[in-house]
Amino acid sequence: MDWTLPPGVSTFAADIDRMYYLILWITGAAFVIVEATLVWFLIRYRSRPGRKARYYHGNLRAEVIWTAVPAVVVVMIGIMSGGVWNEIRGRDSIPPNAVPIEVRAKQFEWNATYPGPDGAFGTTDDFTARNRLTVPVDTPVVVRLTSEDVIHSLFIPAFRVKQDAVPGMTVNVWFQVTETGEYALACAELCGNGHTTMGGTVEVVAQDAYARWLEVESSRRAASR
Amino acid sequence: MTSVAAPIEHGGHADAHAQSFVRRYIFSTDHKIIGIQFLLLSLVGLLVGGSLAMLIRWQLGFPTQAMPGGGILPETMAPGGVLLPEFYNALVTMHGTFMVFFAIMPLLVGVFGNFLIPLKIGAADMAFPRLNMASFWIAVPAFALMVVGFFVEGGHAGAGWTSYAPLSANPEWSGVSLGQQIWCVSLVVLGLSSILGATNYITTIINMRAPGMFWFRLPLSIWSLFITAVLTLLAIPILSGAAIMLLFDQTIGTTFFLPPDGGQPLLWQHIFWFFGHPEVYILILPAMGVVSDIIANGSRKPIFGYHSMVYAIIAIGFLGWIVWGHHMFQSGMNPTLGMSFMISTLLIAVPSAIKTFNWLGTMWEGSIRLHVPMLHACAFVSMFVIGGLSGVFMASTTVDIYIHDTYFIVAHIHYVLFGGSLFAIFGAVTFWYPKMFGRMMSRFWGYVHFGLTFLFYNLTFFPMHQLGLGGHMRRIYDPTEYEFLQPLQGTNEFITISAFLLFAVQLIFALNFIVSWFTGEKAPENPWQDTGLEWTTPSPPPHGNWPETPTVHHPPYEFSSPLVEEDYLMQDRAAGKETP
Amino acid sequence: MSHAATSAVMLPPARAESGAGVYNEKLGMWIFLGSEVMFFTALIGSYLILRVARPEFWAEPGEILNVPITAANTFLLICSSVTMVKAYASIQDGDQAKLKLYLLATALIGATFVGVQIYEYSELIHHGFLPSGYAEGGELAERAQAGTLPAAVGLYGSTFFTMTGFHGFHVTVGVVCLLYVTWRAFRGRYSAQDHRGVEVIGLYWHFVDLVWIILFTIVYLI
Repeated sequence: MDWTLPPGVSTFAADIDRMYYLILWITGAAFVIVEATLVWFLIRYRSRPGRKARYYHGNLRAEVIWTAVPAVVVVMIGIMSGGVWNEIRGRDSIPPNAVPIEVRAKQFEWNATYPGPDGAFGTTDDFTARNRLTVPVDTPVVVRLTSEDVIHSLFIPAFRVKQDAVPGMTVNVWFQVTETGEYALACAELCGNGHTTMGGTVEVVAQDAYARWLEVESSRRAASR
Repeated sequence: MTSVAAPIEHGGHADAHAQSFVRRYIFSTDHKIIGIQFLLLSLVGLLVGGSLAMLIRWQLGFPTQAMPGGGILPETMAPGGVLLPEFYNALVTMHGTFMVFFAIMPLLVGVFGNFLIPLKIGAADMAFPRLNMASFWIAVPAFALMVVGFFVEGGHAGAGWTSYAPLSANPEWSGVSLGQQIWCVSLVVLGLSSILGATNYITTIINMRAPGMFWFRLPLSIWSLFITAVLTLLAIPILSGAAIMLLFDQTIGTTFFLPPDGGQPLLWQHIFWFFGHPEVYILILPAMGVVSDIIANGSRKPIFGYHSMVYAIIAIGFLGWIVWGHHMFQSGMNPTLGMSFMISTLLIAVPSAIKTFNWLGTMWEGSIRLHVPMLHACAFVSMFVIGGLSGVFMASTTVDIYIHDTYFIVAHIHYVLFGGSLFAIFGAVTFWYPKMFGRMMSRFWGYVHFGLTFLFYNLTFFPMHQLGLGGHMRRIYDPTEYEFLQPLQGTNEFITISAFLLFAVQLIFALNFIVSWFTGEKAPENPWQDTGLEWTTPSPPPHGNWPETPTVHHPPYEFSSPLVEEDYLMQDRAAGKETP
Repeated sequence: MSHAATSAVMLPPARAESGAGVYNEKLGMWIFLGSEVMFFTALIGSYLILRVARPEFWAEPGEILNVPITAANTFLLICSSVTMVKAYASIQDGDQAKLKLYLLATALIGATFVGVQIYEYSELIHHGFLPSGYAEGGELAERAQAGTLPAAVGLYGSTFFTMTGFHGFHVTVGVVCLLYVTWRAFRGRYSAQDHRGVEVIGLYWHFVDLVWIILFTIVYLI
């Protein structure tokens, strides 16, 4: 049985994965303790002729211990998770210099709009690509995510990114990728009959390549307009 | 003013023998008959839900291949035996809907609530027997309606059992109109049945306990059914309200959940999960209750820490109301809210741990009899532990980012609802079968069914954790569309084959259930040597249960009490001394 | 432990000690009303959330809804609570004639309330106010185009008709139950000693009144 997560390539992937492995160890230990005790008791205290169960109603000290220990452990898990959560989703977590991309989901495609070389939306050099997200490596990127029809969910497993795209709302979701390459993108929220086909690709390119790509794409699309 | 209570009518049990067949077995006001009616209805629900799961598994294991025998399905569902995506979505939706609302919930609440409450508290019947009958006969049309939905124009509802708006609210986007409306109406009707039932259970437990049956002498099964009834009473009307708003969005042009006209999709999620999380506890608390009864019996020891068990049930019932947001961490809800929902969610681990350790404490130094119900109860404990622990992963907002809406969640819910609730149900049905029908279920086939179910159950659901960790999304029609999921396809096939075997071995249970009804060994007076009041009356008990109201002298789990020779002390036995 | 009883032999305790101290029907109605509270909470809560988030979908009080007529209707419903109390007080004194009179009055006022509500609905629909907002080409839609009303009132219509409609449905059910109780009263089924049915329907009726007062305030007045 393989309990490892697939490789993560964003700055906070390691934090998420660390939380996961921490919880895996803690729950794994609890699992082994409880199941082993159960099996041991079933064997050790099985009914045999001449043996009678001991008659008592409980043990306050034991109960206090097994109330307090889980309470402390889960609160600890909560606090640690909260720290990472804040880092990813906290109020000021989005780096101010993040490169903005607008992603509008609709049945059954992802439309990514780039501000073009001028870095501003609503200008003539904006352009839109379907089912293909291109982002620079080692640069914070903020996706302004919304939906035109039903709820979708932007899921990029390798980045440890998942965020619902809700019609009528724009949610900012950010990430910073650490390795160039092509990664899968999927819809994680049931969005209709074509839900399964709503996949795409994220291409992570070097920073200078990204700037060049913006120029080329922008002028190419302007020419075709 | 309030002391005017006249003697309570009990549907006239004096002339029980003179009643016609229809009055006795169809439109019966006897809580035991109604319990059995719910049992038969919800076992059919379980079969429907399970069959739908088989179709889902076929598609996931062998995507877009013609299903053997699938040719019998109509063109609108599976032309040439290949499931259509829209039919797949309906399957996913209805598997959840049937299992939650027409199988597990009625099995636990409808069946054991009805059958056990009066028998275990020493009452002749429910407080409102006719209302009880109504509650069953309202559930029947709701069930029928939900089945009919498959055959209407446009197919059945396909937005998931959670029916997230606006997909569910606007037929333009789902292609389903009538099916979704049927979903809403059926659940509102079923909700009325549940509310009437809950009113009845609560009144009965508060007002009709036999003399000496103090609150802290109630068996834990009754405590959990009581808290469950409170949750049902308060949570179901919220679902009704939500379903009505959704229905209006589709039919009369309201815009509650439709964003172009100011509606809010997240409002649906908030209302749905405000109902939905208490609902989750409705589906597990009674299972915990009956398992507590069975474990004390099987261990021949009083339950360990009875009072903290009660408080844990109450705590879970309460915490269930303040955790709904953990279903919505990635929904775009304010992330700060995520923090508070995470902490309240994690705190549920505490009462759950208390219960688990107290079950182990009960077995500690016991004299354990591994009868069939006890095996199922132990399976409940061990599987509930897995389901509970996997819950910690998604309670952590951070880890949830990755595993939300993946098969990890599917594994989790099935470890709780199948590994937990359903094993408890198998155990409870076997345990109280002699009380219901006067005959024992076959022990041999009980062991066989348990062993095979436990095996195939784990082979089916445990690998789903792996799928989830690999990023496998829920509710997708064809995983092979994604390159990163292709390495997992072997696991998907393995799961599918295990699931088919799991489904097949349930035939053993079905046959054991049916055959034992007619030819099973006659049940002895107290086959499990239990302490509960229900074993002080013949099996099956007559209408009215006891000739005279029993008097209770002891707490519920006086096994191996030094007061008596044998290793169980019945609650009503006037043995020398009162047990405090 | 609350039940610590250490005496060697214990007498069976009286049932009142362990129960709620009220008879089943009354307890059952209180419990059922708990469920009703949650139902209206779902509707009213949704209304509040939607309205706070998008106030522009609501017209000023009285611009679309007819407040004076509904105020009169509210007064009527409050009166029916009074007659309900009178009915209950009468049977406590064993006064059968007054019981019948006041029950009939309560049922009649309740029916009138529903009648007025139906009239209100038909007027609104006539003017072009629907659960979906303005009716196309209706009188209100024209005023909206002229700028004297909000551009769209879909949420207003949705919440208004759903909330008041379900309240009206509850009143209707109440009237039917009241008629049943009245019928039983005419057959002499209630006495100064046993009048559970009257008390139980009274609880429901007062609850429905209370809900209306809340709805009238938040839907019509603010």
